[in-house]
This record gives sequence, structure tokens and C-alpha cells, in this order.
Amino acid sequence: MSLWEYANPAKFMRTTDRVLPWLVVSAAICVTGGLVWGFLTPDDYRQGSTVKIVFLHVPAALMAINIWVMMLVASLIWIIRRHHVSALAAKAAAPIGAVMTLIALITGAIWGQPMWGTWWEWDPRLTSFLILFLFYVGYIALWSAIEDPDSAADLTGVVCLVGSVFALLSRYAVLFWNQGLHQGASLSVQSGERMAATYRHPLYLSMIGFGLLFLALVVIRTRTEIRKRRLAALQAQEARA
Amino acid sequence: MIALLLRDLRLATRAGGGFGLGVAFFLILSALVPFGIGPDRGALAPVAPGILWVGALLSCLLSLDRIFALDHEDGSLDLLATAPMPLEGTVAVKALAHWITTGLPLILAAPVFAILLQLPTRAMPMLILSLLIGTPALSMLGAFGAAVTVGLRRGGLLLSLLVLPLYIPTLIFGAEITRRGAESLPVTTPLVFLGGVTLLVLALIPFAAAAALRVNLR
Repeated sequence: MSLWEYANPAKFMRTTDRVLPWLVVSAAICVTGGLVWGFLTPDDYRQGSTVKIVFLHVPAALMAINIWVMMLVASLIWIIRRHHVSALAAKAAAPIGAVMTLIALITGAIWGQPMWGTWWEWDPRLTSFLILFLFYVGYIALWSAIEDPDSAADLTGVVCLVGSVFALLSRYAVLFWNQGLHQGASLSVQSGERMAATYRHPLYLSMIGFGLLFLALVVIRTRTEIRKRRLAALQAQEARA
Repeated sequence: MIALLLRDLRLATRAGGGFGLGVAFFLILSALVPFGIGPDRGALAPVAPGILWVGALLSCLLSLDRIFALDHEDGSLDLLATAPMPLEGTVAVKALAHWITTGLPLILAAPVFAILLQLPTRAMPMLILSLLIGTPALSMLGAFGAAVTVGLRRGGLLLSLLVLPLYIPTLIFGAEITRRGAESLPVTTPLVFLGGVTLLVLALIPFAAAAALRVNLR
């Protein structure tokens, strides 16, 4: 029994077939639970009701970064061990990551308008997210531009590696370029400073929910990609016969 | 290697090579900006470092797809790939040729365009220095983008989409050096960072670009 067994598409399909319903249901419960609970929290004494957007903003931002990391790991697995499921999972994750980045940017703008008095500010965090979004767009565009699936997986994998280095580099270059307006992390493991428990607990639930939601979506999309691959193989077979 | 470099340089400078197009584009850009912003010296001078750097970036982008596309079309890229020279070396030489035909003319022309944009004279050395350090990274990253998109139809637009985000660190530090030069501030920190970015690019990108080329030639 090793992890690599799941690199077999048939095995992957069988396992996810069983896991997927649970994943979808728990994701739905956690996301709706976290958002509804978050919506019912009392207004903040300074930020008023705008504080509630945090239950959408922070989990989306968290996922936006982690999805890129997941794509990086999946690309590495593809490049090193050439497991097709891995490449397809990276492909499946990219649009989800792009949407999460967009959600984080848009909810941030909606919150920033009443709080900072501006929709957009060239703040390091905001700018890094915009850059991350550009990387997602380039990655997705490259996948859709190449016809041969194996070359597409190879090239997007290399682009993902180089992109990761430069996304990180840009993150710190941007810090150099402009000091920020965005507040620091609201939740931090190192510093004892925390937001009130009233807000913290629904936020945790919402973060878990977004994680599960991403897992469910990426599994569904990977399954679709595998089926598409099988269909193409069948069609090729038929054309040959 | 030298033979390849000379061949690329000769191809670029002969008719149809597009030599000088980048500089002409840079000139047009520098001439258009004052029409958009207004001829006022007080308005132009603060944005000049940024405009010059963005202009250099875009002019560099213009000729990127030529790095590999023509050789791919007539098949000489396959020959280069099977030659005893490692493909990484081929990529580096082609990037160097691109820099000599695009980056170097840009650097030589930049002070003239800087005058058009009312950049203070004391910023000139810093402008040239930052371009001298930064543009090799632009050519090398461009070679990577060209290697990824070489087999594609309509690869040009995708190329810019892939390469422009990679240019951000170079642009930030390069423009910062020029701005500090204009205000007579110390430039050591951004200068070191820019050099670091360029060295990182020169050291790592040839391998990524060669890997992409191998996939495309498969």
C-alpha cells in the first residue's frame, strides 16, 4: 500500500467515487454553516457590519495561495514521476484558484470602499494578489493553447515552477516598492494577538469549509478530465478501426 | 557558440530581421506619453523613470517571438538541438544575441528619450546602469517564454501574457534605481536586489527554457 497507487486513474476513480459524496456534503455543511454563523455574529464596534465579509475574504485568500502550492506540488509529481492524474489535478485546480483569487480581490474591494475609503490601493498584499491572478491566467491560457495533452502538462509544469519562484520574488519585491495599508494577519500562530472568539470560530469553520469545497471541486474536475481523456482515447480507437 | 552568436546577429541585422524595430517602438512610446500627460516639465519628470522602464520592457517584448520561431519554422532548431552543444547553452547564446540586438540599442537610445521625457540629467548614469543590469534578465526570461510558446499558432499574445508577470521584480527595482538617481538618493539596496534578480535568472532560466524546448521539439 503506497500513496502512488492513487496515481492509477482507475483506482483514483473508484476511491473518489466513494469519497466524493461525503466530501460534497461536508463541504456544503461547513461553508453554509460558517457563512450563516458568521452572518449572525454581532456587528464590530468600529467596522460595523462590514466585518462580516471576512468570513468570505480570508478563506478565499487562504485557498488562493494554497491552491497554487498544490499545483506546484502536483506539477513536480508530474515532472518527476509522470503520473497523469497529478497533471490533470493541477489543470483542474487552476481555474478554482483563479476564482478564489478573484473572490478575495473583489470582497476586499467591497470592504475597502467603506473602511479605507478606496476600492483599490497599490498595497503590497493587494498587488501580490493581482500578480498571483495574472500567473493563474497565464497558466490556464497555456493549458488551453496546447493541443497535445502530454506536452501541455510538461510545459505548464515548467511554467508553474518558474512562476512559483517569481510569484514569491514579486511578493517581496512589491514589499520593497510600497509599504502597506492592509492590516497584518488577523489569525497568527506565533503572536498571541487574536481576534475575538465570536468571530474566530465561524471563521475557522468557514476556512475548513473552503478547504473541503476546494477538495470536492478539484476531485470533480479531475474526474471530468479523466473521463475526457478516456473519451478521446475511445474516439481515437474508433477512428483507427 | 561564437559561430551561433554571429549567425544570430547576422540574421537579425540583415533585411527582414526586425533590427531597430524595438528602438523605433521605444521612440514612439516616449513621444506619445507627453501627448497623453501634457508637456509640463513638472508633470513629466516624476513619471519619466517609470515610463522609460516600462517602455524598455515593452520594446523588448516586441521581438521575443523571433528568438526561436524562425529557427523552428525552417528546422534549424532541430539541428541545434541535436548538435553536441547542450541545449541550455544554445538558449543562453540566443538570449545573448537577443540582448545585443534589442537590449543594447535600447540602452544606447534611452538617454535621448530620457531627455524627451524631461528626466533630470543627474539620473542618466543610474538609468543606464539599471538598464545595463536589468535588460539581460528581460532577454533571458523572454527566451524562456519564447521556448514555451515556440510550437504554438498565435503564440505571440500568450507569450506576453506569460512573460510580463515575470518582468515585475526587474521593473520594480530598475525603476526604483532610476527614481532614486533622479532624487540623488543612495541606490545601493535596489541595485543589489536588481543584480540578484538578474543573476538568478541567468543561472536558472536556461535550464527551464531548454526543458520547454525539448518538450516542443519532441
